[in-house]
Amino acid sequence: MTAIYKRELRSYFGGMIAYIVIALMLAFVGFVSAIFNFFGGIAFFEYVFAEGYVIMAMIIAISLLTMRSFADEKKEKTDQLLYSLPLKMSSIVMGKYLAMLTVYLIPMLIMCLYPLVLSLFGNINFLQTYSSVFAQILLGAALISIGMFLSSLTETQVIAAVMTIGTFLAVYFMPTIAATFFPETAKASFICFIFLIGVVALIVYALTKNLYAAFGTAIVLELANLLIYLFKADIYAGAFPDMLDKISLFNRFGEFVNGSFDLTAVIYYLSVIGVFVFLTVQSLEKKRYS
Amino acid sequence: MIKVSNLTKKYGSNLAVDNISFEIEKGKIYGFLGPNGAGKSTTMNIITGCLAQTEGTVIIDGHDVFDEPTAAKKLIGYLPELPPLYTDMSPKEYLTFVAEAKGIKASEIGPEVERVMERTAITGVASRLIRNLSKGYRQRVGIAMSLLGDPEIIILDEPTVGLDPRQIIEIRELIKTLGEDHTVILSSHILSEIQEVCEQVIIISHGRVVANDTIENICLMGNQHPVLHIVAKCTPDAAVAIVDEYEEVTHYAITECSEGTELELTLMPGTDITDRLFFEFAGAGIAIRYLSNRVSLEEIYLKLTEAAFEDETQGVAEITDISSDNETEEEEYKPMFREAEEEEDENDSDL
Repeated sequence: MTAIYKRELRSYFGGMIAYIVIALMLAFVGFVSAIFNFFGGIAFFEYVFAEGYVIMAMIIAISLLTMRSFADEKKEKTDQLLYSLPLKMSSIVMGKYLAMLTVYLIPMLIMCLYPLVLSLFGNINFLQTYSSVFAQILLGAALISIGMFLSSLTETQVIAAVMTIGTFLAVYFMPTIAATFFPETAKASFICFIFLIGVVALIVYALTKNLYAAFGTAIVLELANLLIYLFKADIYAGAFPDMLDKISLFNRFGEFVNGSFDLTAVIYYLSVIGVFVFLTVQSLEKKRYS
Repeated sequence: MIKVSNLTKKYGSNLAVDNISFEIEKGKIYGFLGPNGAGKSTTMNIITGCLAQTEGTVIIDGHDVFDEPTAAKKLIGYLPELPPLYTDMSPKEYLTFVAEAKGIKASEIGPEVERVMERTAITGVASRLIRNLSKGYRQRVGIAMSLLGDPEIIILDEPTVGLDPRQIIEIRELIKTLGEDHTVILSSHILSEIQEVCEQVIIISHGRVVANDTIENICLMGNQHPVLHIVAKCTPDAAVAIVDEYEEVTHYAITECSEGTELELTLMPGTDITDRLFFEFAGAGIAIRYLSNRVSLEEIYLKLTEAAFEDETQGVAEITDISSDNETEEEEYKPMFREAEEEEDENDSDL
């Protein structure tokens, strides 16, 4: 794992990507912080992270960071080397993941200095500020794991980047869309879940190439969906928008900015990381069976 | 050393490797021979754990590649068809990385990298970016990578493709020296390469093993009907006049070429008239430009792979019986071919 980790880091810093990612994050956070904290005179550095510009910069920076992680290996045929090395696939994936995380941590650690600078001019709630920085790091770590997984699905960096940006934007705007377009009735949730289960079944099929597994999953879940709708319709009222709200990575982050250290959110982020690292390993293992 | 049993690989409905079994013994150089798309690379990828088989097992020194991949992969150095190089690194950095990933002790990595670089003669380019290296050097970096950690088995997939003639000779020499202390498996569709470098040949065609033997034995399979190739500086008539006197010649094919006449004689089993013919031609004042009684691996290879192609359902035993389908095939593409007995009256008009 350390060999992969060191190689990846060297590769990021040997090229432009690491510097672009660091510069992008620092520039946008610095710019917004200057407007907000210095010109606006607001002593809450954490609000900067909730700002739309900063989130967009983060989405682009992380997509750039993760796009080449596995897509490039396949294009250059170096994945053959990884497969033939006496290493577990999980340690290869973890080596790459930790290298990306390290690049991402550099601007975040530099940002830790900003509240100290701000404290020269006013009172700063350090606990609240630094727990927000911590949450921002977790959010980034979760996004990196998703980006890495998407990169493992394709052979082209550009496609990986576009897919990643698209996914992140969808996740970011999902709660807004849900609140605006989906009625809060049990029936609407029921119908939405029918489609959602269809998507899940398609993903199962894409990963396993097994029709029985896909249909089995679909039938079991649709049945559960139907039973809940028929007998417990009240819990379905507004359930779909609620769910989108709950699983939105970016919304969870808002809790920290508002001053509460949300343990469930921490666990949620860690689970997302775990799931997508696992999926990446599976997606690479599956290549050996194609 | 390596035991492959009943290996099958399907890509969707396409059968790439069809129930093949063979054993690789320690300390020999094996040649994997077959036309493009015969399943050579697929088989090698499965042996090295890069690809999962549909059925069958691969056991490497007692370790199943599927169940104990890490232990099995440690015994193998593998160079795939396209060398898997990180072009943004220098050979030295790249080899250091692979050595580390292969689990070589930190204190031994430096000397080990030096050793493989010397062996493949890339010390001179050690600190240039791989991106800027020529194809030959890249190939050598790939071979150096496969030598790291001194694995017992070295598997090279078409290591000389795309190299210039000088590099090809160098790489072949290198492989020969590797064979002294390693088990080497080499795939190629260049027959002379296999003939020169390998001791044992496994011929694969359409996903099946059609022959697995030493080069000598495989060539002997062709000796049931010894063949003599002659290029003589004379007219076809003069050549026929000489050749006709030998009753050992059962068939011949004659073509006129820029240097004179080219003859391909098929002899009766167990006979050799090479020397006698030479002096006969010399005595008649005809210069011999080329004379060879060696059956090339090429002919046997063509027969074996074509036979497998013609009859997909036949087993290996029937396919290796070359003598039977020998004649029918020759007739198809050698219009000048005829039986020697009928020759006497007809040859004037024909030639």
